[in-house]
Amino acid sequence: MTKKHLRFYGGVQPQESKIASGVAIVSAPLLATYVVPLQQHIGVPAKPVVAKGDKVLRGQLIGEAGGFISAAVHAPTSGIVKEIGSCLGPVGNQLPALILESDGEDQAAEPMSALDWPNASPDELRKRVAEAGIVGMGGAAFPSAVKLSPPQNKTIDTLILNGVECEPCLTADHRLMLERPEQVIIGARITARILGAKQVIIAIEANKPDAVALLQEKAAGTGVEVRSLQVRYPQGAEKQLIYSLTGRKVPSGGLPMDVGCVVQNVGTGAAICEAVCDGKPLYERVTTVTGTPLVAPGNWRFRVGTPYLEAIKLAGGVKTDPVKIISGGPMMGMAVYSLDIPILKNCSGILLLAADELRQYESTPCIRCGRCNDTCPMAMMPGILSVQIEKERFELAEQWHVLDCIECGCCAYGCPAGRPLVQLMGRAKAAVQAARKSRTAKKA
Amino acid sequence: MTETTVRLPDTSKLVVSSSPHFHDGSSVRKIMLLVIVALMPACLAGVLTFGPRALWVMLVCVVACMLVEAICTKLQGRTCTLGDGSAALTGLLLGMNLPVTTPAWMCVVGAIIAIGIGKMIYGGLGYNPFNPALVGRVALLMAFPTAMTTWVAPRSASSPLWAGVDSVTRATPLGTPWTGEQLFSTWELFIGRTGGSLGETCVPALVLGGLLLIALKIIRWQVPVCFIGTVAVITGIAHLAAPEQVAPPLLHIMSGGLMLGAFFMATDMVTTPLGRTGAVIFGVGCGVITAVIRLWGSYPEGVSFAILIMNAFTPLIDRYTAGKPFGVISHPGREVKL
Amino acid sequence: MTAVFILTLIGLLLGLAIALTVHYFGVPTDPLAEQVAELIPGVNCGACGFAGCNDYVEALVAGKAKPGHCPSQSADALQKMCELLGVASEPHSEKVAVVCCSGTDQYAIRRAFYNGVNDCHSAMQVAGGAKGCVYGCLGLGSCSRVCPFGAIEMRADHIAVVHPELCVGCGKCVTACPRRIIKLVPKSAPIHVFCISPERGAVKRKVCNAACIGCRKCVKAAGEKQMFINGFLASVNYENPPDVNVVTVCPTQVLRTEAQPAAVAAAEASASPAAAATKTAS
Repeated sequence: MTKKHLRFYGGVQPQESKIASGVAIVSAPLLATYVVPLQQHIGVPAKPVVAKGDKVLRGQLIGEAGGFISAAVHAPTSGIVKEIGSCLGPVGNQLPALILESDGEDQAAEPMSALDWPNASPDELRKRVAEAGIVGMGGAAFPSAVKLSPPQNKTIDTLILNGVECEPCLTADHRLMLERPEQVIIGARITARILGAKQVIIAIEANKPDAVALLQEKAAGTGVEVRSLQVRYPQGAEKQLIYSLTGRKVPSGGLPMDVGCVVQNVGTGAAICEAVCDGKPLYERVTTVTGTPLVAPGNWRFRVGTPYLEAIKLAGGVKTDPVKIISGGPMMGMAVYSLDIPILKNCSGILLLAADELRQYESTPCIRCGRCNDTCPMAMMPGILSVQIEKERFELAEQWHVLDCIECGCCAYGCPAGRPLVQLMGRAKAAVQAARKSRTAKKA
Repeated sequence: MTETTVRLPDTSKLVVSSSPHFHDGSSVRKIMLLVIVALMPACLAGVLTFGPRALWVMLVCVVACMLVEAICTKLQGRTCTLGDGSAALTGLLLGMNLPVTTPAWMCVVGAIIAIGIGKMIYGGLGYNPFNPALVGRVALLMAFPTAMTTWVAPRSASSPLWAGVDSVTRATPLGTPWTGEQLFSTWELFIGRTGGSLGETCVPALVLGGLLLIALKIIRWQVPVCFIGTVAVITGIAHLAAPEQVAPPLLHIMSGGLMLGAFFMATDMVTTPLGRTGAVIFGVGCGVITAVIRLWGSYPEGVSFAILIMNAFTPLIDRYTAGKPFGVISHPGREVKL
Repeated sequence: MTAVFILTLIGLLLGLAIALTVHYFGVPTDPLAEQVAELIPGVNCGACGFAGCNDYVEALVAGKAKPGHCPSQSADALQKMCELLGVASEPHSEKVAVVCCSGTDQYAIRRAFYNGVNDCHSAMQVAGGAKGCVYGCLGLGSCSRVCPFGAIEMRADHIAVVHPELCVGCGKCVTACPRRIIKLVPKSAPIHVFCISPERGAVKRKVCNAACIGCRKCVKAAGEKQMFINGFLASVNYENPPDVNVVTVCPTQVLRTEAQPAAVAAAEASASPAAAATKTAS
């Protein structure tokens, strides 16, 4: 693959720290209790279809999609529904959740029928993706069935499977590509069939040459192209990835489908393959548990609803007390304060940071060094914007396209003044969206 | 693995903050210290050229600036900001911009103006519109024109370092009207054995420091290149048109405060444009104003004024050079007031 | 001499130009409106329901509104305004803002150290704020910064406290609070419930020692008409507020007269509100 790739504007090169990349995926042992949130996706929470005290089997539907943008939830193991209540989510909000007491037998429900995907119709396949409760597993957790149903007027010609994994520390996608390459490729082909995309690209960052070589070998003759990309954060960000591979620019405020592309995580691809070929719904995922305070960082196949505490126990506990626990990677993940939070469908990693790795935000004034201008992959001016946002001038921030911010963290990563730029941008985005909502409400 | 052997994390001392959770380790203090380090060769050259009093002038300026900053933060009821090193840097730059004969009290006045009026009344580092060191220098230049333009001859190379300078005043290359003949040899100009402010004369030392900053990506190369280039081009054209009245461009770029200004003052982060295009415009603007003042103004030297004038244009330059974000068709800078 | 003459001439010409501009392009102002405008503070707080003080004054002069909508107006000024306009004032009850939370650092559990922007909205985005109680005051002062009257004090133990004597009830803080824990209540009401969490008592007690546990003691003491329980949270019936003495029955001191539980208030008595207010502003 000597095809030349475009270089997106800006970006940074943080230390990779992928200490768990050599550790094979292990299936996590069965637990006594699972806390299965009914909202593991963007959109409306799923509606529970079981009641307290019901016996459920592994893979049985326990929550059906609550609306158009919603996703089904399945039981991670067999057992009794102890309670339908709520639990703490990674963003610090309360999620409606179902507490499942395992009976230890892990009895599987009747699986959905396997589909003969090369001959099944796209609608049939899409329906299966919805039934299996598949969501974007890279982080955003957008229901895949919705993503795979572009409006009639948009033609999708390119499907990109995102195996870039540009976040430092995380290795879940890397291990998945190494251990289940067939699933990734078949998942890509199924997705391409649903969308009618002619070009299928699996994109991998050049720091994973083993995965590139393996997938290239397995993909030979299938029409799936495997490409190795420059190591530069945020190479895996949707808009930057599309630009690097195709040279197309997703318009401001637009979606990848506006330029004929759909980007999907490799994990989602593998899940789609399992759902279609084996009839297995999405109730487990590969998650990296890593960080220097851990005794044995690694990658595990966790059932959805496993509390973080159990994951840390599996990683051998800690050597030193962490000062930060992060759901996701270090650049975009969310700091959490509780270990009772369950692993969701989109949890790609649990990262623990030791005291010496912590850098506190200081909020000293911007010294206008211009580094954020140079590193912002969206070519925005985070420094100037942040000063305006501190003064709560949100209408100005809106005119300066604050909604285009992808919150990748490049600006704050290199800010010598230690300003919490991403947080300020997030604040402005929330305020601008709220203002827009009230404006449309007024018009109506 | 049994439960008892596994040590579980203590969650009582966790920190929560927004992403990103990694940082490249840069800080304002590191940047300021690196600039100070980059100025060291020029300081050394100044001491070697003008004797130990040069060190005294710089020391007074640095200490005075730091004191003024400490007092100002105290008066404003804010936490002390001496730790970021910017006051020390301003003091050093101020000292380097003064003649070696400047009395200590004048240095202190300069420091008060530079830090107090040039920086702290705007709210401290990050809010000042003008380069504080230049504000101090220009104020002194206006208030004490004689003292500020009395240049002594460099120490003779044979006398010992501690001997100090002869109190013989000597003209600067720019201060003397051009008669078609060079007052100093090119070599003297290059190594700074001319009259001038104590830190501005030694070209190789300043260029060395500037290159260090460019290599460390602390300053943008566009500023010094455009600044010096513009001065060279304009004075070059003028020299070709009137070789009898205008000095050759090589003399212009190697004399006065051009090197110091181009590498260390016009690249100050706070008071100069953010982007690359802005840096080019800023550099060219400084060059044009410098050349105009030198060729037609009543002052022999115009680098300080040029940079201060361009500092005032910085917000405007930023506004009109704002790049459009990825995927945006219209240009934000034209629509909105910053 | 010529210079003096020219300067004088220029001055005269410019003066004439100004006079002419004012004469021909001046916007006529109503002297009555100016007098009325002097009787309100002019801080544009928006409590009257108009777009600003000017808008209110215009409506008053045009007869579209009656005096008495401005909460920060003194009784004297209101009286004068009524005389000026020749109309009777509209009856209005004076309101005051109350921060319905007692969760100071001493009482409420803090799950983690928050590091970031010093603003409640921003803190909400990071793990939903680090406070154990997801309903309580974050204590970062978003309300205090929007208050045009400087009536909200940020205490050092991370809670916002409204000073009723300064508050005019404009309601700016009500919308500024991301947790919506500030309520506008009648100024005449003597006691308030300083808790807003709808959770069960046991859940609240885990995260805060100064929460309403829904024990109903106050309802029993004051009677159903004056206090009522909404879910697990006691509320004062502001239509018919109970007597001050009811506070003595509250086991957690969330039902009380002033914003701070007695123990804390005593400890902080030395710090005057003015001194604390300047601290917040800096």
